[in-house]
Amino acid sequence: MTDTGSFQPVLLEAVGVENGHSIDNYRSRGGYAPLEKLLAEKQPAEVVEMVKSSGLRGRGGAGFMTGVKWTFLPKDHPGPIYLCVNADESEPGTFNNRILMEDDPHQILEGTIISAYATRASTAYIYLRYEYPQSWNSLQAAIDEAYAAGYLGKNIKGSGFSLDIYLHRGAAAYICGEETGLIESLEGKRAWPRIKPPFPAIEGAFRKPTVVNNIETLACVAQIARRGVDWFRSIGIPADPNNPRDPGSYGPKLYCLSGHVEKPGCYEAQLGITARDLIDQFGGGVWKGRRAKAVIPGGISMGLMTEDELDTPLDFAGPGKVGCLGLGTAAVVVVDETVSIVDFLHNSCRFFAHESCGQCTPCREGTSWSLRMLERIRAGKGRLKDLDLLAEIGSTMGMMPGSTICGLADGAAWPIKNAIAKFRDEFEQYIKESNPTGYMETDPVPALPIVTAH
Amino acid sequence: MPTVIVDGQEIEIGADERLNCIEAARRAGVEIPHYCWHPGLSVVASCRMCLIQAGSRDPETGAVSMIPKLVPGCQTPVKDGTVIVTNSDAVKESRARVEEALLIDHPIDCPICDKAGECLLQDYHFEHGQSERRADIQPFHSRRRDVGPTVTLFVDRCIMCTRCVRFTREVSGTAELMVSDRGAKEEIDTFPGFPLENKLAGNVVDLCPVGALGDKDFLYQQRVWFLKKSENVCGGCSAGCSLVTEHNQDTVYRLKPRENPHVNKWWICDDGRYGWHHLHDPARLVAPGRRGTDGFTETEWADVVTGLRDDLKAAGSLAVAVSPQLTVEEAWMLCAVARSIDPEAFLALGYLPMEGTDESFPGGFTIRAEKAPNRRGVEAVLGMFHAATDGVIPGWNELVAHVQAGQCKAAWVTAGHPTSTTSWCDKETAAAFEGLDCLIVQDLFDSPLAARATWRLPAAGFAERSGTWVNCGQRAQCFEQAIRPPAGVWPEGRLYWNMLGRNGLYDPTGVRQQIAESSAALAALAGDLPATGVDLRLQQVAAP
Repeated sequence: MTDTGSFQPVLLEAVGVENGHSIDNYRSRGGYAPLEKLLAEKQPAEVVEMVKSSGLRGRGGAGFMTGVKWTFLPKDHPGPIYLCVNADESEPGTFNNRILMEDDPHQILEGTIISAYATRASTAYIYLRYEYPQSWNSLQAAIDEAYAAGYLGKNIKGSGFSLDIYLHRGAAAYICGEETGLIESLEGKRAWPRIKPPFPAIEGAFRKPTVVNNIETLACVAQIARRGVDWFRSIGIPADPNNPRDPGSYGPKLYCLSGHVEKPGCYEAQLGITARDLIDQFGGGVWKGRRAKAVIPGGISMGLMTEDELDTPLDFAGPGKVGCLGLGTAAVVVVDETVSIVDFLHNSCRFFAHESCGQCTPCREGTSWSLRMLERIRAGKGRLKDLDLLAEIGSTMGMMPGSTICGLADGAAWPIKNAIAKFRDEFEQYIKESNPTGYMETDPVPALPIVTAH
Repeated sequence: MPTVIVDGQEIEIGADERLNCIEAARRAGVEIPHYCWHPGLSVVASCRMCLIQAGSRDPETGAVSMIPKLVPGCQTPVKDGTVIVTNSDAVKESRARVEEALLIDHPIDCPICDKAGECLLQDYHFEHGQSERRADIQPFHSRRRDVGPTVTLFVDRCIMCTRCVRFTREVSGTAELMVSDRGAKEEIDTFPGFPLENKLAGNVVDLCPVGALGDKDFLYQQRVWFLKKSENVCGGCSAGCSLVTEHNQDTVYRLKPRENPHVNKWWICDDGRYGWHHLHDPARLVAPGRRGTDGFTETEWADVVTGLRDDLKAAGSLAVAVSPQLTVEEAWMLCAVARSIDPEAFLALGYLPMEGTDESFPGGFTIRAEKAPNRRGVEAVLGMFHAATDGVIPGWNELVAHVQAGQCKAAWVTAGHPTSTTSWCDKETAAAFEGLDCLIVQDLFDSPLAARATWRLPAAGFAERSGTWVNCGQRAQCFEQAIRPPAGVWPEGRLYWNMLGRNGLYDPTGVRQQIAESSAALAALAGDLPATGVDLRLQQVAAP
C-alpha cells in the first residue's frame, strides 16, 4: 500500500479556495515571489540546470526530461525563440490541465514565465483546447492581471527580460496535442504532424526554435522554483540503479480518475502510487461494489491493465512493465466487470479512426479498418480471423515499428493490442455466440455500412 | 568520395551531393517504391511506401549498426558509410502492408481507368503487394468531380499522397488544392469558387501516381499502352521545355514534360501541354501550289523544287524571312538556298510573336512572352551568313520595310505559327508585299499574306520534324520526329535539302555536323547531344 500520509497537494492547493484563481490569492500563497527572486538572482542557464537536476519529466504523455529538452535549443540563437504551451488536453479521460487552468491559472503563468526565461523565449503561445471556454476565461483574466502587475510585458520587474503571452484557441482536434501538429495548427495550417528531424527545438513554430511544454509540466516548474529541487526529488520513485536509461519519476502528479469509481476526480499524489491505491484511497473503490475488469493507466492510448495488474505503480516506467504503452497523461479510467470489452475496443477504435489526421497510410487506413471490423463484430458478423487481423494492425502501425510520423497510431494500436492479448477469450466467445454459423469464415466478407463512425 | 552501401553493393556518390536513400539506391540500380516523394516537391514522408532499413558503417572497424526501426527512404539523407537495406523481409512485409491498406478503399476500377498501364499503384501492387484481399469487400464506388476546367478528380481512386496539393502550393504558388476532412474520409478538394485554374494546372495530372487526377483533354482518348513516345521540345515559347510527345498512328494524344534540370525541371505549362491540337486542325494547308493568271493550282513537290528556283532566278533580288519556328538545320539550309540563288539575298529573322510579359512561378518555372522556340538558333545561323546590317540582325519589321522600299523583287516568307484562329499577319502588313514578282509563303495556315502568295507551301508542325532548337537560355536541344505530317506536306527541311541538290533522304544530323564545323557560335552542336541539350555559351568558352 502506498504511503500517502505525508504528502500534501501543492499543484492543487488552490482548488476549493475562494478566489484561488486571482493574482492576490496566488501571491498570498507565496506565488510570484520565487519568480522575482529567480529573475534577480539566476541566469537562464542556471534555471535550466535547476529543472534538469530536479528530474522533472514532461507531463504531457511522453515523459521526456523537461530540462534536457530545453538544452536542445541552439546556443546563442539570435531569436526569436518560442515557447508553446500545450493546453490542447484531448486524451480521453484527461482533465488535469483544465483544473489547473480554471482554478490556479497564475501557477501556470509563473511556470510559463520561468520556462520562457530559462529558454530565452520572448513569446509564449498557449494553445488551448477548443472545448475549454472556462479555461479561456480564467487564463485570459490571469494574463491581464499579470500584465497589470508587471509580470508580463517589457522588462519584467526590472530584470531586462520581456515576455508576451498569447492565448490561442484550437479547433477541437486530437492531433493538435501532438507537438508538431500543434505548431502547424498554430501557424494556421492543417494540423499534420511534421517529420522529424528537425525537431521543434531546432525548427519549430514559424521556423524558429521552439519549446513545447504541457500545462502541468509548467506548474511543476513553478513549484520547483518555489520549493526547490530537493523537495521535488524527495517525491516519487527514484531512478532504477540497474537501468542507466531510467531517469526516475520524481515529483507530484495529477491523476485523473474516472470511469466506474465511487468518487471520480483529479487527485494529486506522488508519482508511483499504484492503480489499486489510487482507486481505493482516492476514488473510494470501484462503484457499486463491483470488481474492475480493466483499467486504463493513462489515457486510452496507453492500453489496458487487467484487474491482476492493478498493483502496478503509476510512474513513468510502471505501466510499460505490464504491456501498456506508458504512463501517458495519468488519466486512470476504470472499467467495471459489466462492460463488454468488445464495446470498449469499439469505442476506442471509433475515437482513433475519427481523430487520425490521415497523413500516414498505415494509421489512416489501419484505424478505419479496425473500426470497420469491430462494427462488423458487434453486428454479429465477426470472424475469429478478425482477431488476428486486429492484432496485426495493432502491431504494425505506429512510430515504434516506424510506420507513421507521429505517435497517434501507437496510441490507437495499444488498446487493440492489449485488449486482444489480455481479453482474447472474451472476444472469441462473443464472436462465436453472435455469429455461430460464420465465425470460422476466412474469405473476405462484404463490408457493412459504417453507421456510428464520425 | 562518400560511399553508400545499398543491399550490400557499394556505390560512390559525389562529395557535395545531397541525396536521400531513394536517389542513392537508384544509383545502385535499386528502386525504392514511393508515392508521396517527388524530387521537385517538399518531403512529407506520409505514404510510408518507401520504408527501408538504414544504418551506418563505422569507417574504422567496419561494423554496421542499423536503426532498430524502419525509416522512410525519402526522408533519410545518405552520407559516407550509410547502409541501406531494401530487400529484407521486414521491408517487404511493410510494403505489402501499405499496398494492402491503400487498396482497402480503392475502387480497383482499372479497366475503366485512364491510368491503367502507367499506374504506380498497379505496378507496386504487382511487385510488392499480396494477391489475397483480407479486408472486407467494399461496394463499388467511384465518384468523380471537376476540380478545374482542365482537370477532373476521381475521388475514390486517390491515395492521399498530396503531391498535387504541394504542387499548387510550392510550384504554381496558387494553392487551389487542399485536403478536406480527416482520417480515412479525407479527400482532395478545392475551395468553393476557387477551381484549379492556373497555367501549370496540368502538371498535377502527371504528378498523380494513381488515376485520381485526370486530364479532361486526354480522358478516355487512348489506352496508354498503345502510345508511342518521342522525345520532343515544346515550340510554344522560347523556354523550349523538354517534352515527350505521345502518339499513335500519326495522331498525337498528349504531351508530357520530360525531366530536364536545365530547362523545365519536371513541369510544362498548359499552353504547351495542349499546344498540339493545331497539328490535327482540318484548316491546315496540306498541298503546295502556284498562283498563276488562272488562279491557284496544286503542284507536285518535284515541280516545286524546280519551280521555286526558276521563279526566284527570274525575279532577281531576294529577301527571306527565316522563321523562328524553323530548326537550326532548316534555317541554315534555307539561307544556303537563298544565297545560292541570289548571293546578295537579304536575310532576316521572321515574324516573332510576342504575348504579354514573361510569367514566372514560385517553383522556378517561367513562361516566356516570346512565343517562338528558336529565335537564338536562327539568329546564330543568320550570323553565319553575315545577314546583319550595322551589327544588328534584321527582323520582320526590317524585312517588311525592305520589301516596301522596293529593294527586292522576290520574297520568301516562312512562318509556321500554330494559330489557326487569328492570323499572325494582318492585311495591312500583307499589302506591303504587293508588287513583288514572286512571293513564297510557307505556313501552317492560310493568312492574308498567303492569299497573295505566288507559291503557297504547307509547313510542318513541331512534332512532324526533327532538328535542333536553341531556347532563350542558349540551350540547344535536338528532337526527333514524332509523327508523319499530313499527306502532301513536306517538312521544310526536305524541300530545302532537295533544293540544295543533295541526294537521298533529308539528314538533319549530317546538316547539324556541317553547321557545327563551320560556325564558332554553333560549334557545340557537334556530335551527339545529350537528351537535356547543351549550353552553346559554355562550349564557346571551352573552344580554343
